[in-house]
Amino acid sequence: MQPARVGVGPVIRPWRRPSLAEPAGPVDAATTASLAARLEAASQTRLGHSLAIRHVNTGSCNGCEVELRALRNVFYDLERFGLRFVESPRHADVLLVTGPLTRNLREALEAAWDATPEPKWVVAVGDCAVDGGVFKGSYAVLGGTGASVPVDLTISGCPPTPARLLAGLRALLEANTR
Amino acid sequence: MSALALIRAAGAEPCRPWPRHVLARPDWSAMAAALADDTTALLGLWADTLQVHALLRDGDDVVAASVAVEAGLYPALSSARPAAARFERMIRDLWGHNAEGGSDDRRWLDHGRWPLAHPLSPRPGLPGGAVEPPEFASLDEPGVMQIPLGPVHGAIEEPAHLRLTARGEKVLRAEARLGYAHKGTLALMRGKSPRTAARFVARLAAEATVAHAVAFAHATEAALGVEAPPRAAALRAVMAEHERMAGHLDDIGRMADAAGLAPLHTAAGRQREQLLRAAERAFGHRLMMDTVVPGGVAADIAPDGAAALHDAVDALAAALPSLQRRMDPLLARLDGLGVIAGTDPGGVVGRAAGPGFDARSLDPVYGALGLALPLEHAGDAAARCRVRLAEIADSLRMLRALLDALPAGPTSIALPAESGEGIGCAESLRGALWHWLRLDHGQIAAVFPCDSGWALWPLAEAAIAGGPVEDVEMIRLSCSLPASGLDL
Repeated sequence: MQPARVGVGPVIRPWRRPSLAEPAGPVDAATTASLAARLEAASQTRLGHSLAIRHVNTGSCNGCEVELRALRNVFYDLERFGLRFVESPRHADVLLVTGPLTRNLREALEAAWDATPEPKWVVAVGDCAVDGGVFKGSYAVLGGTGASVPVDLTISGCPPTPARLLAGLRALLEANTR
Repeated sequence: MSALALIRAAGAEPCRPWPRHVLARPDWSAMAAALADDTTALLGLWADTLQVHALLRDGDDVVAASVAVEAGLYPALSSARPAAARFERMIRDLWGHNAEGGSDDRRWLDHGRWPLAHPLSPRPGLPGGAVEPPEFASLDEPGVMQIPLGPVHGAIEEPAHLRLTARGEKVLRAEARLGYAHKGTLALMRGKSPRTAARFVARLAAEATVAHAVAFAHATEAALGVEAPPRAAALRAVMAEHERMAGHLDDIGRMADAAGLAPLHTAAGRQREQLLRAAERAFGHRLMMDTVVPGGVAADIAPDGAAALHDAVDALAAALPSLQRRMDPLLARLDGLGVIAGTDPGGVVGRAAGPGFDARSLDPVYGALGLALPLEHAGDAAARCRVRLAEIADSLRMLRALLDALPAGPTSIALPAESGEGIGCAESLRGALWHWLRLDHGQIAAVFPCDSGWALWPLAEAAIAGGPVEDVEMIRLSCSLPASGLDL
C-alpha cells in the first residue's frame, strides 16, 4: 500500500470572521429546577446529553414555524447544544407542539404522542399552544396542547422569538443532564 | 357576452372601490357559462348568510358579483371553473349553501370533528359525523398505488395532506386536502370592530401577516370611505417589502435545505435573520404582527428604525451577488420542474411564466416607485426561484426610496362607527390577497379574506402530476404552498 503523499497544499489563511452565534446566556433557574425534579425519576442514561425534537403543528398560523426554522440558522444553531429536529416521532424525545390544537388535528397529535417512546417530553410552543391564544373559545379549536396530551414545558410568545425558544429548550436539556 | 359584461348589466350594491352587482339566478348561470371559455380570473368565491359572492378580474379590471341563495342552493361555478370547487366545498362547510351542479361535493374544512355543522349559518346544524379517513379520487388500474404525505410532516411545515397516485416513480395524479388548520377565524371576527378583528387577520398566515393586514385595512378604509394618512401608507409599504424579502429568503432557504445545498441555506438564513432583527428594532416585532391596523399603523417607526432597516438592507444588497452565485446549483436542480404556464394566478408563480398580475399596481404608494417587474417565461421551479431573487433586489430598491422619503404627519386616523362595504387587496410574497367586508355601524357583519393559496394549490397539483415522486417536494416548495391562510 502506498503511503499517503504529503504535498504542499494551498496556504491556509487566518480565519478572521467572528462567529455569529449568540452567546449562550443564562438559563432560567426556576424552570430548570422544576424540570429537574420531574426528570429525576427518569433514567437520564436513556436520554443521554442530547434531545431529539419532533415538531407537531396543530393548526398554527405558521408564525411559530418560521421562528422554529430560524433556530437552525447560524445565529442560534441549536445543534451545538445537542438539540436536533428529527423526522419521526418514533425517534423523538421531545414533541414540540405549535398551534391552538384545532379539532381537525387532535388525532394527529395523539398519534404522534402515542408513537413517541418513553421517556418523552411535550413542549407547548407559542401562546396558541399554551392556551389557545387569540383563538381561544372558537368552535374549531380545543384551546392548547394540554387539552389532549400532558404538557411538560410551555414557551409563550406570539410567536416566541428564537432566543426564547432556545432558552426554553436548553432549560429542558440542562434539567435532563443534571 | 363576456362574463364581466353580464355582471355589469346587473344592478349594483354600494361597495367600494369596486361595485358589487347582484345577479338574478339565470344571469349568474349565464355568467358561469361565459366563464367556461374566457380568460377572466376568478379571484375568490365566498358567501354570507343570504348570498354567494364572486370576485373576478380581467387585467386590472376588478368586479364583484352576487347571487341570492334560494332554498339553500345557488348555481355552481365549478362546472365552468374546476378551481372553484374548493371554494364551493368551503361555502357548504361554513354556511351550508350547496352549489347546484357543482363538480365536487366532498367536505373541505369540516372533517367531521366540529361540535356543530355550518358554523356561520344563522342556524348551525348538528355535526355531520366523521369523514376521516378522507376519500380521494383514485385510479383503479393495476400497479397503481397511493402515497399519502402529511398532514403532519417530518419537516417544520404547515399541516396539509397531499395524496399522490403513482405508478412506480411516476406521479399520475396529486390531490391536496386541507382544512387541518381551520381555527374558526371568520366566526371570531364577526361582530367585532375592524381594529379588534385585525388581531385575527394578522394571524391568518404569519409569513404574510403584513400583507393580510394591509388588504384588510384597505377593505375597511374603502368601506368607511376614509384613507390612511400618507405616512401610514408609506410605512405599510416599507413593511410589506420587508416582509416580501424575508419571505422570499425563507422560501429560497427551504428549497436549498431540501436540495442539500448547505451554503445557500446558511446564507439565506443569515440574511433573513438580519432582516427580522431590523424589523424588531424598527417596528417592535420580528414578523411585524399587529403593526398594520385599519386606519393606519399601530405605532410610528422607532427613532433608530430607519437606520436599522438601512443597515439590514445594505447588508442584503452586498450579499446578493454571492446569494446568486450559490443559487446556481439549486437552479440546475429545479430546471424544467413543475411547469405552470398558460394561466395567470399572479404572484411569483404567475410572474415566472410571463407578465403576471401584481396587486401593487393598484396601490398609489407604488405608483411613484415604479414596479420593475422581473419577467421570466419558463414557468418552471427555477424561474420561480429567479423571480424571488429579482423581487428581493426590486424590494431593496423600493425600500430605500421609501425610507428616504417618508412623509411627515400622523400615522393613523380614528375610524367612524358607520356602515359600508369594501374590498381591499395587497400583494403578499406569493401573490394578491383580496379582502371583502361589510360593516354594520362599525362592526363586522360579514367578512372574507381570500388568500393567494386558493389559486396556487390546484396549479401545484397539476404541476406535480406527470413528474417523478422525488420531485414532489421541490415543486411544492417552489410554489411556496400555504395552509393556514386558506384554512381560515
